[in-house]
Formats: sequence, structure tokens, C-alpha cells
Amino acid sequence: MTQAAMERRQVLTFLGALAAAGFVVPRVALANWDKTAFDAKTMDDALKAFGAGAPADSGDVQIIASDIAENGAVVPVQAVSKLPKTERIAILVEKNPNMLAAAFDIGPDTIPEVTARIKMGQTSNVMVLVKADGKFYATAKEIKVTLGGCGG
Amino acid sequence: MGNPMKIRASAKDGVTEIKVLMSHEMETGQRKDASGTVIPAWFINEVTAKLDGKTVMQAQWGPSISKNPYLAFKVKGGKAGDKVSVTWVDSKGDTRTDEATVT
Repeated sequence: MTQAAMERRQVLTFLGALAAAGFVVPRVALANWDKTAFDAKTMDDALKAFGAGAPADSGDVQIIASDIAENGAVVPVQAVSKLPKTERIAILVEKNPNMLAAAFDIGPDTIPEVTARIKMGQTSNVMVLVKADGKFYATAKEIKVTLGGCGG
Repeated sequence: MGNPMKIRASAKDGVTEIKVLMSHEMETGQRKDASGTVIPAWFINEVTAKLDGKTVMQAQWGPSISKNPYLAFKVKGGKAGDKVSVTWVDSKGDTRTDEATVT
């Protein structure tokens, strides 16, 4: 097989795999929406998509959430960064089908504290990843779910 | 166009707290209907908030955000009378912008 034919085949296989996985959805091109990060199925992939590598554990990053969530469909989570020059805060749920729940770009005047409500399929570690001054920091907390938020 | 958002913004001691409640299904693409057909994903994936015309927060969301999403954050500065505007875009390209006044 020629080099070109092989490449073409690889591309087709790749596209086919994407289509099979339901990834190829017609949508308006979004400037900021990071598809790779949101499609990530493992923590490593999600971190890689952010360019985070191995974030350092930091006590300056906090997750404020209850230990037990009665309803996995609505889990309030507050992510707080006390690090100077916080640029980005992301919330990831380790055992969800798509780990990344949200990423917030923090402006210079915005206080790095965001509250959102997330879905959790099951008891899982929830990680808050913070990018501050070009470096990544993270902290994780286990939230127990008594009633799953997916499939209902 | 979805339903209107509820936006509350209040300034206190030089900090403006903005709370937004959006009305959206936030379908994950994981659920199936009664006949076993997968319900396609449909969720808000971008949110932009402006205070007095200046972008203060940009969020990218995945389907793991709860139905009828809630978002709260604080911004330094801002005063009563300033305009807050919040815009979301969903995965079908639908968009909605709502405004509120800081109290």
C-alpha cells in the first residue's frame, strides 16, 4: 500500500471511530469550547487536554461541597482558589462518562470563587483544577452519591 | 431561544456578587427514552458574563452540568446601577442573552 493510501485509510478509520462514538455532531464552531478536553474519558486525557500534566496538590485550592449528595442530578459545588493570578478553574468528576464538567476563565477583576451545580452518576472524586500564573494546582474530594444523576 | 434567565447581582463593600439561574434541559446524550432510543446531547457549552460591558467570566460547560444550571461568582468593583449581561450558547447553536441591574 502506498503511503498516501495508508494515510487516507487511517484518517477514515479515525473519522469512523469518532462518528461511531457520537462525537461528530454538527454544531456551530465555537471559539473557546475545548472539545478535546470535554470529550476526555480518562483523567490523564482531560489533564493533557488542558496542558496540565501532573498538577500539584495545593491547600490553596478548595472544594466546598457536602460529603454526601442525596441527588446526583444536582450536586452544588463551590470551587475556590486562593492562589494569586488565577486564570482558570475547572471542575472534573472522576467517574462521570465525560470527566470535565466545567471550565471557568477568570478575569483579572473576578474573584476566583465559582459555584455551580453538577451531575454525578455515582460516588466519585471531584477534582478542582486551577491554573494560576501558568502553573496547575488541584485538589480532590470524594462526594458520596446516594441516587445517581444519569440514566434516570 | 430558551426561557429567560434569572439574574441577581448585588454590590457590597466593593464586591459584586452575580448569581444566574438558567433554564435549560442540559441533556447529556447518555439517557434513553422509553423506546430505548438515545436522547441526543443538548447542553449549554458556553457562558459569558459581562459587568458594565466588560467580560468578567467565560465558562465552558460539558453535559455534566445540572439541568437548569446555576452559576454564582464575585467580581471586584461594580456598583448599584451597573448592567450585568449574561449570554449562553448551547450545543445546537441556540443562544440567549439576559440583562440585570446591580442592586
